[in-house]
Amino acid sequence: MPERVRVRCAAPPGHVRVPWYLRGKTGIIECRLGSFGNPEQLAYGLDAPHVELLRVRFRMEELWGNGCEKPDDTLDAEVHAHWIEPAGPCDDG
Amino acid sequence: MTAEHRHVGKSSVPHRGMHADHEGRLTYWQLLEISVRELLVEKGVTSAGEIASEIAAMDGRSPADGARLIARAWSDDGFRKRLLSNASSAMAELGLDPSGLRLIAVENTRYVHNVIVCTLCSCYPRNLLGLPPDWYKQRAYRSRVVRSPRAVLREFGMELPDHKTVRVHDSTADMRYIVIPERPAGTDGMSEEELVGLVSRDAMIGVAEATRPQERD
Repeated sequence: MPERVRVRCAAPPGHVRVPWYLRGKTGIIECRLGSFGNPEQLAYGLDAPHVELLRVRFRMEELWGNGCEKPDDTLDAEVHAHWIEPAGPCDDG
Repeated sequence: MTAEHRHVGKSSVPHRGMHADHEGRLTYWQLLEISVRELLVEKGVTSAGEIASEIAAMDGRSPADGARLIARAWSDDGFRKRLLSNASSAMAELGLDPSGLRLIAVENTRYVHNVIVCTLCSCYPRNLLGLPPDWYKQRAYRSRVVRSPRAVLREFGMELPDHKTVRVHDSTADMRYIVIPERPAGTDGMSEEELVGLVSRDAMIGVAEATRPQERD
Protein backbone atom coordinates (compact mmCIF):
# COMPACT_ATOMS: atom_id res chain seq x y z
CA MET A 1 0.00 0.00 0.00
CA PRO A 2 1.70 3.26 -1.06
CA GLU A 3 2.21 5.82 1.66
CA ARG A 4 0.09 8.89 1.01
CA VAL A 5 1.48 12.26 2.03
CA ARG A 6 0.47 15.87 1.72
CA VAL A 7 2.91 18.70 1.07
CA ARG A 8 2.60 21.32 3.79
CA CYS A 9 0.75 24.42 2.75
CA ALA A 10 3.18 26.88 4.30
CA ALA A 11 4.93 30.03 3.18
CA PRO A 12 7.93 30.62 5.42
CA PRO A 13 10.34 33.41 4.51
CA GLY A 14 13.70 32.63 2.94
CA HIS A 15 14.97 30.09 0.43
CA VAL A 16 12.57 27.17 0.02
CA ARG A 17 12.83 24.44 -2.61
CA VAL A 18 9.20 23.39 -2.64
CA PRO A 19 7.48 24.79 -5.72
CA TRP A 20 4.25 26.66 -4.99
CA TYR A 21 2.24 24.41 -7.27
CA LEU A 22 2.89 21.44 -4.97
CA ARG A 23 1.98 23.05 -1.65
CA GLY A 24 -1.12 21.50 -0.11
CA LYS A 25 -1.15 18.70 -2.71
CA THR A 26 -1.37 15.00 -1.93
CA GLY A 27 0.76 12.28 -3.50
CA ILE A 28 2.42 8.98 -2.72
CA ILE A 29 6.00 8.31 -1.68
CA GLU A 30 7.62 6.90 -4.78
CA CYS A 31 11.14 6.56 -3.40
CA ARG A 32 13.21 7.41 -0.32
CA LEU A 33 16.40 9.06 -1.50
CA GLY A 34 18.50 9.37 1.67
CA SER A 35 19.42 12.39 3.77
CA PHE A 36 20.85 15.66 2.50
CA GLY A 37 21.76 19.05 3.89
CA ASN A 38 18.72 21.25 4.29
CA PRO A 39 18.79 23.81 1.45
CA GLU A 40 16.94 26.29 3.63
CA GLN A 41 20.13 26.68 5.69
CA LEU A 42 22.66 25.83 2.95
CA ALA A 43 21.42 28.79 0.91
CA TYR A 44 22.72 31.14 3.60
CA GLY A 45 26.00 29.34 4.28
CA LEU A 46 24.71 28.09 7.65
CA ASP A 47 25.25 24.70 9.23
CA ALA A 48 22.66 22.56 7.54
CA PRO A 49 21.39 19.51 9.41
CA HIS A 50 20.65 16.58 7.12
CA VAL A 51 17.02 15.92 6.45
CA GLU A 52 15.41 13.01 4.65
CA LEU A 53 14.58 13.58 1.00
CA LEU A 54 11.71 11.75 -0.68
CA ARG A 55 10.44 11.55 -4.20
CA VAL A 56 6.71 12.12 -4.16
CA ARG A 57 4.46 11.25 -7.09
CA PHE A 58 1.38 13.35 -7.78
CA ARG A 59 -1.42 12.68 -10.25
CA MET A 60 -1.97 15.53 -12.71
CA GLU A 61 -5.62 15.67 -11.67
CA GLU A 62 -4.53 16.37 -8.08
CA LEU A 63 -2.28 19.21 -9.23
CA TRP A 64 -4.43 20.84 -11.86
CA GLY A 65 -8.00 19.60 -11.33
CA ASN A 66 -10.48 18.78 -14.07
CA GLY A 67 -8.71 20.95 -16.60
CA CYS A 68 -5.62 18.75 -16.65
CA GLU A 69 -4.56 17.08 -19.89
CA LYS A 70 -4.83 13.52 -18.59
CA PRO A 71 -5.72 12.72 -14.96
CA ASP A 72 -3.42 9.70 -14.61
CA ASP A 73 -0.29 11.34 -15.97
CA THR A 74 2.05 12.03 -13.07
CA LEU A 75 4.58 14.47 -11.74
CA ASP A 76 7.42 13.40 -9.46
CA ALA A 77 9.27 15.90 -7.30
CA GLU A 78 11.82 15.72 -4.50
CA VAL A 79 10.43 16.98 -1.22
CA HIS A 80 12.21 17.11 2.14
CA ALA A 81 10.59 15.22 5.02
CA HIS A 82 9.85 18.34 7.06
CA TRP A 83 7.65 19.56 4.22
CA ILE A 84 5.29 16.59 4.18
CA GLU A 85 2.67 15.23 6.54
CA PRO A 86 0.70 11.98 6.50
CA ALA A 87 -2.39 12.21 4.32
CA GLY A 88 -4.14 9.07 5.56
CA PRO A 89 -6.13 6.77 3.32
CA CYS A 90 -7.64 8.04 0.11
CA ASP A 91 -9.45 11.17 1.25
CA ASP A 92 -9.81 12.93 -2.06
CA GLY A 93 -11.85 10.27 -3.82
CA MET B 1 32.30 50.58 -9.81
CA THR B 2 34.96 52.24 -11.90
CA ALA B 3 34.57 53.26 -15.52
CA GLU B 4 37.07 50.56 -16.38
CA HIS B 5 34.66 47.92 -15.17
CA ARG B 6 31.93 49.07 -17.53
CA HIS B 7 34.01 47.92 -20.46
CA VAL B 8 34.72 44.41 -19.31
CA GLY B 9 33.21 41.40 -20.96
CA LYS B 10 30.42 39.25 -19.69
CA SER B 11 30.74 36.32 -17.34
CA SER B 12 33.59 33.93 -18.10
CA VAL B 13 35.45 36.54 -20.13
CA PRO B 14 38.80 37.80 -18.85
CA HIS B 15 38.21 40.95 -16.88
CA ARG B 16 40.11 44.23 -16.56
CA GLY B 17 41.52 45.69 -19.71
CA MET B 18 39.48 43.57 -22.10
CA HIS B 19 37.43 45.85 -24.30
CA ALA B 20 34.30 44.20 -25.50
CA ASP B 21 33.27 46.58 -28.22
CA HIS B 22 30.13 44.74 -29.22
CA GLU B 23 28.70 44.15 -25.76
CA GLY B 24 25.81 46.13 -24.38
CA ARG B 25 25.91 47.57 -20.88
CA LEU B 26 26.58 45.00 -18.22
CA THR B 27 23.69 44.09 -16.00
CA TYR B 28 23.81 44.44 -12.24
CA TRP B 29 24.37 40.70 -11.87
CA GLN B 30 27.17 40.58 -14.44
CA LEU B 31 28.97 43.39 -12.62
CA LEU B 32 28.45 41.61 -9.31
CA GLU B 33 29.88 38.37 -10.72
CA ILE B 34 32.96 40.15 -12.11
CA SER B 35 33.51 42.00 -8.84
CA VAL B 36 33.27 38.86 -6.71
CA ARG B 37 35.49 36.94 -9.14
CA GLU B 38 38.16 39.65 -9.06
CA LEU B 39 38.07 39.82 -5.28
CA LEU B 40 38.48 36.04 -5.00
CA VAL B 41 41.49 36.19 -7.31
CA GLU B 42 43.01 39.18 -5.51
CA LYS B 43 42.60 37.51 -2.13
CA GLY B 44 44.19 34.31 -3.45
CA VAL B 45 41.09 32.15 -2.85
CA THR B 46 41.29 31.03 -6.46
CA SER B 47 43.26 32.02 -9.53
CA ALA B 48 42.41 33.21 -13.00
CA GLY B 49 43.97 30.03 -14.39
CA GLU B 50 41.85 27.83 -12.16
CA ILE B 51 38.69 29.63 -13.24
CA ALA B 52 39.67 29.36 -16.91
CA SER B 53 40.35 25.64 -16.64
CA GLU B 54 37.02 25.00 -14.88
CA ILE B 55 35.21 26.88 -17.64
CA ALA B 56 37.10 24.94 -20.29
CA ALA B 57 36.17 21.66 -18.57
CA MET B 58 32.50 22.63 -18.45
CA ASP B 59 32.47 23.78 -22.08
CA GLY B 60 34.19 20.55 -23.05
CA ARG B 61 31.39 18.37 -21.73
CA SER B 62 28.84 17.19 -24.23
CA PRO B 63 25.88 14.81 -24.35
CA ALA B 64 28.22 12.15 -25.78
CA ASP B 65 28.86 10.56 -22.38
CA GLY B 66 25.13 10.31 -21.71
CA ALA B 67 24.65 8.67 -25.10
CA ARG B 68 27.27 6.06 -24.20
CA LEU B 69 25.29 5.15 -21.08
CA ILE B 70 22.10 4.75 -23.06
CA ALA B 71 23.72 2.68 -25.81
CA ARG B 72 25.23 0.37 -23.18
CA ALA B 73 21.83 0.01 -21.48
CA TRP B 74 20.25 -0.95 -24.82
CA SER B 75 23.00 -3.48 -25.51
CA ASP B 76 23.40 -5.06 -22.06
CA ASP B 77 20.31 -5.83 -20.00
CA GLY B 78 22.33 -6.32 -16.80
CA PHE B 79 23.80 -2.85 -17.21
CA ARG B 80 20.33 -1.44 -17.93
CA LYS B 81 19.10 -2.81 -14.60
CA ARG B 82 22.11 -1.42 -12.74
CA LEU B 83 21.60 1.95 -14.41
CA LEU B 84 17.98 1.97 -13.22
CA SER B 85 18.86 0.92 -9.68
CA ASN B 86 21.96 3.12 -9.15
CA ALA B 87 22.80 5.34 -12.07
CA SER B 88 25.82 7.06 -10.50
CA SER B 89 27.65 3.77 -9.90
CA ALA B 90 26.66 2.56 -13.39
CA MET B 91 28.35 5.70 -14.76
CA ALA B 92 31.56 4.69 -13.02
CA GLU B 93 31.44 1.30 -14.81
CA LEU B 94 31.93 3.19 -18.08
CA GLY B 95 34.83 5.13 -16.62
CA LEU B 96 32.73 8.28 -16.20
CA ASP B 97 33.34 10.23 -13.02
CA PRO B 98 30.04 11.06 -11.30
CA SER B 99 31.94 13.58 -9.07
CA GLY B 100 29.05 14.20 -6.73
CA LEU B 101 26.33 13.77 -9.33
CA ARG B 102 23.40 11.82 -7.89
CA LEU B 103 21.85 10.49 -11.03
CA ILE B 104 18.50 8.77 -11.47
CA ALA B 105 17.72 7.08 -14.77
CA VAL B 106 14.08 6.77 -15.78
CA GLU B 107 13.06 4.48 -18.59
CA ASN B 108 10.64 5.04 -21.44
CA THR B 109 8.59 2.01 -22.42
CA ARG B 110 5.60 1.23 -24.64
CA TYR B 111 3.41 2.49 -21.82
CA VAL B 112 5.40 5.25 -20.12
CA HIS B 113 7.08 8.42 -21.36
CA ASN B 114 9.34 10.43 -19.05
CA VAL B 115 10.33 14.07 -19.35
CA ILE B 116 12.68 16.13 -17.17
CA VAL B 117 12.41 19.70 -15.95
CA CYS B 118 13.64 21.94 -13.15
CA THR B 119 10.85 24.39 -12.40
CA LEU B 120 12.86 26.27 -9.76
CA CYS B 121 16.00 26.99 -11.78
CA SER B 122 17.95 24.89 -14.28
CA CYS B 123 19.15 21.73 -12.48
CA TYR B 124 20.51 19.41 -15.13
CA PRO B 125 23.05 16.52 -15.17
CA ARG B 126 25.82 18.77 -16.51
CA ASN B 127 28.59 16.29 -15.69
CA LEU B 128 26.97 13.90 -18.10
CA LEU B 129 25.18 16.00 -20.72
CA GLY B 130 27.13 19.25 -20.72
CA LEU B 131 25.42 22.63 -20.51
CA PRO B 132 21.61 22.61 -20.77
CA PRO B 133 19.96 24.03 -23.88
CA ASP B 134 18.62 27.58 -23.54
CA TRP B 135 14.98 26.51 -23.75
CA TYR B 136 15.48 24.23 -20.74
CA LYS B 137 16.26 27.30 -18.63
CA GLN B 138 13.44 29.46 -19.93
CA ARG B 139 10.20 30.01 -18.07
CA ALA B 140 8.04 28.94 -21.00
CA TYR B 141 9.34 25.37 -20.82
CA ARG B 142 9.68 25.22 -17.03
CA SER B 143 6.19 26.45 -16.28
CA ARG B 144 4.34 24.73 -19.12
CA VAL B 145 5.81 21.23 -19.14
CA VAL B 146 4.50 20.51 -15.63
CA ARG B 147 1.02 21.80 -16.48
CA SER B 148 0.60 20.60 -20.08
CA PRO B 149 3.38 18.13 -20.89
CA ARG B 150 1.54 16.62 -23.84
CA ALA B 151 1.06 19.99 -25.49
CA VAL B 152 4.71 20.91 -24.93
CA LEU B 153 5.91 17.56 -26.29
CA ARG B 154 3.68 18.07 -29.34
CA GLU B 155 5.51 21.35 -29.98
CA PHE B 156 8.76 19.36 -29.89
CA GLY B 157 7.25 17.06 -32.52
CA MET B 158 6.12 14.19 -30.30
CA GLU B 159 2.52 13.03 -30.43
CA LEU B 160 1.99 10.72 -27.45
CA PRO B 161 -0.75 8.13 -27.75
CA ASP B 162 -3.44 7.97 -25.05
CA HIS B 163 -2.25 4.60 -23.80
CA LYS B 164 1.08 6.10 -22.72
CA THR B 165 1.33 7.61 -19.27
CA VAL B 166 3.43 10.76 -19.10
CA ARG B 167 5.67 11.09 -16.05
CA VAL B 168 7.16 14.55 -15.53
CA HIS B 169 10.16 14.75 -13.19
CA ASP B 170 10.76 18.08 -11.47
CA SER B 171 14.40 18.22 -10.26
CA THR B 172 13.62 20.18 -7.10
CA ALA B 173 16.54 19.11 -4.89
CA ASP B 174 19.66 16.91 -4.97
CA MET B 175 18.91 14.39 -7.72
CA ARG B 176 19.54 14.81 -11.43
CA TYR B 177 17.69 12.81 -14.06
CA ILE B 178 18.34 11.18 -17.40
CA VAL B 179 15.76 9.50 -19.63
CA ILE B 180 16.52 6.13 -21.20
CA PRO B 181 14.65 6.43 -24.49
CA GLU B 182 13.05 3.41 -26.14
CA ARG B 183 15.44 1.58 -28.41
CA PRO B 184 14.24 2.29 -31.95
CA ALA B 185 12.97 -0.51 -34.18
CA GLY B 186 15.32 -1.74 -36.86
CA THR B 187 18.45 -1.54 -34.70
CA ASP B 188 18.82 -5.22 -33.77
CA GLY B 189 22.08 -5.75 -35.58
CA MET B 190 23.69 -2.49 -34.55
CA SER B 191 26.80 -2.32 -32.39
CA GLU B 192 26.97 -0.28 -29.22
CA GLU B 193 29.15 2.30 -31.00
CA GLU B 194 26.56 2.66 -33.76
CA LEU B 195 23.73 2.99 -31.24
CA VAL B 196 25.48 5.94 -29.57
CA GLY B 197 24.78 7.97 -32.70
CA LEU B 198 21.02 7.51 -32.27
CA VAL B 199 20.85 9.09 -28.81
CA SER B 200 20.36 12.85 -28.88
CA ARG B 201 20.54 15.25 -25.97
CA ASP B 202 16.81 15.95 -26.37
CA ALA B 203 15.99 12.23 -26.17
CA MET B 204 17.79 12.07 -22.81
CA ILE B 205 15.73 15.03 -21.53
CA GLY B 206 12.59 13.33 -22.82
CA VAL B 207 11.47 15.84 -25.44
CA ALA B 208 12.38 13.58 -28.37
CA GLU B 209 12.50 9.91 -29.30
CA ALA B 210 15.78 8.25 -30.08
CA THR B 211 16.68 8.71 -33.73
CA ARG B 212 15.61 5.91 -36.05
CA PRO B 213 18.52 4.56 -38.12
CA GLN B 214 16.96 5.66 -41.42
CA GLU B 215 16.56 9.21 -40.05
CA ARG B 216 20.22 9.65 -39.33
CA ASP B 217 22.27 12.18 -41.35
